[in-house]
Amino acid sequence: MSGVRSREGSAAVRAGLAVGFAAAAYGVSYGALAVAAGLDVWQTCVMSLLMFTGGSQFAFIGVIATGGVAAGPTAIASAAILGIRNGIYGVRVAPIIGGPWWKKVAAAWVTIDETTAVSTNQPTKRSQRIGFWTTAAATFVGWNLTSLVGALIGDALGDPRAWGLDAAAAAAFVGLLWPRLRQVQTIAVASAAAVVAIVLTPVLLPGLPVLVAGVVAVVVGGFNWFANSEPPLVPLEREGA
Amino acid sequence: MTLWLLVIIASLACLALKLAGYLVPPSVLDKPAPSRIANLLTVALLSALVAVQTLGSGTGLQFDARVPALVVAVVLFALRVPFVIVVVLAAVTAALIRLSGWG
Repeated sequence: MSGVRSREGSAAVRAGLAVGFAAAAYGVSYGALAVAAGLDVWQTCVMSLLMFTGGSQFAFIGVIATGGVAAGPTAIASAAILGIRNGIYGVRVAPIIGGPWWKKVAAAWVTIDETTAVSTNQPTKRSQRIGFWTTAAATFVGWNLTSLVGALIGDALGDPRAWGLDAAAAAAFVGLLWPRLRQVQTIAVASAAAVVAIVLTPVLLPGLPVLVAGVVAVVVGGFNWFANSEPPLVPLEREGA
Repeated sequence: MTLWLLVIIASLACLALKLAGYLVPPSVLDKPAPSRIANLLTVALLSALVAVQTLGSGTGLQFDARVPALVVAVVLFALRVPFVIVVVLAAVTAALIRLSGWG
C-alpha cells in the first residue's frame, strides 16, 4: 500500500513542479508587459503577490496599457470578471483542502487554474492535496520571481510574443486539461465550451466569454448528458488508501 | 498614487472572489449533480481559456503563430511527451514562426 501511496504522491509532486516551471515562463511575459503598460516594478510585484491570478493580471495591465489610469474602473472590472473563475474553483477544491480556517484562507489565495487542475487530476484525496500544495508553492515562487525579472529586464526582452511566451501559456493550459479528456462527457464539455468562448469573444467584454462557456458544464452536468461510466469524483473510501 | 489604488482594489477584489468559493458549504457537493457540475466546470473553464488564449486578441479573433504552436502541443501531449518539454517546444514553434515574419 505504501508503494502505491508514494508513487501517487510523487506523481503529484512532479506534476506540480512542472506546472510551476511553465507559469514561471509566462511570469516573465507578465512582468515585461506590466512595466510597458506603465506600472512600476513595485506595482508589478504587488499584483503578482496579492492578486496572484495570471488571467486577471494580464487583463488589468492590458486595459491600463491602452486606457491609462482613466480606464481604472474597466481595469478593475476586467480583473474581477476573470477572477470569478477562481471562486468557482474554490467550491470544488475546498472539500479537498479541509482543515482549520487559516489553512483555507491560505489555500484560497493560491486557488487558480494551475492548482485546481493538478489537484483534481490526481487519483486519491491524499495525492490531490499533495498536488494542490506542491503546485501552489512552485507556481507562487516561480510566478513572483519571474514577474520581478520580467519587470527588470522588460526593455532588453522586447515583445514577449517574439519569444513565443503567449503560446507557452496556451500550451501549458492544454497540458492541465489533457488528463481530463478521457471520457465522452468531459470531451464533449471541453469542445463545446471552447466553441462558445470563441463565438462570444468578439461580442462580450474580455473574461465574460470564458465564464459564459461554463454554462455548458452546468447544462451537461445537470442533465448528465454523455454520462461517464465511472464516477467523476474520487470516492471517499479511497481516502488514505 | 492613483495607479497604486487601482492595483490594490483590483487585487483585493480577486482575493475576495477566491475566498468566496470556500464559503460555499462542502455538503453542496454531496449530491451527484452539483458534484458533476463542479467537476465539469473546471474542464469547461480551462478549455474556454485555451481557446481564447489561442485565438483571442482583445475583443477580436486573430489566427496567428499561436495556432500552429497549439497544434504542436496537442500532438506532443498525445505522444506523452513531458509537460515542460511540450511547453518549451510550443514557445519555440511560435517564436520561430514569428521570426520568419508571419503571425
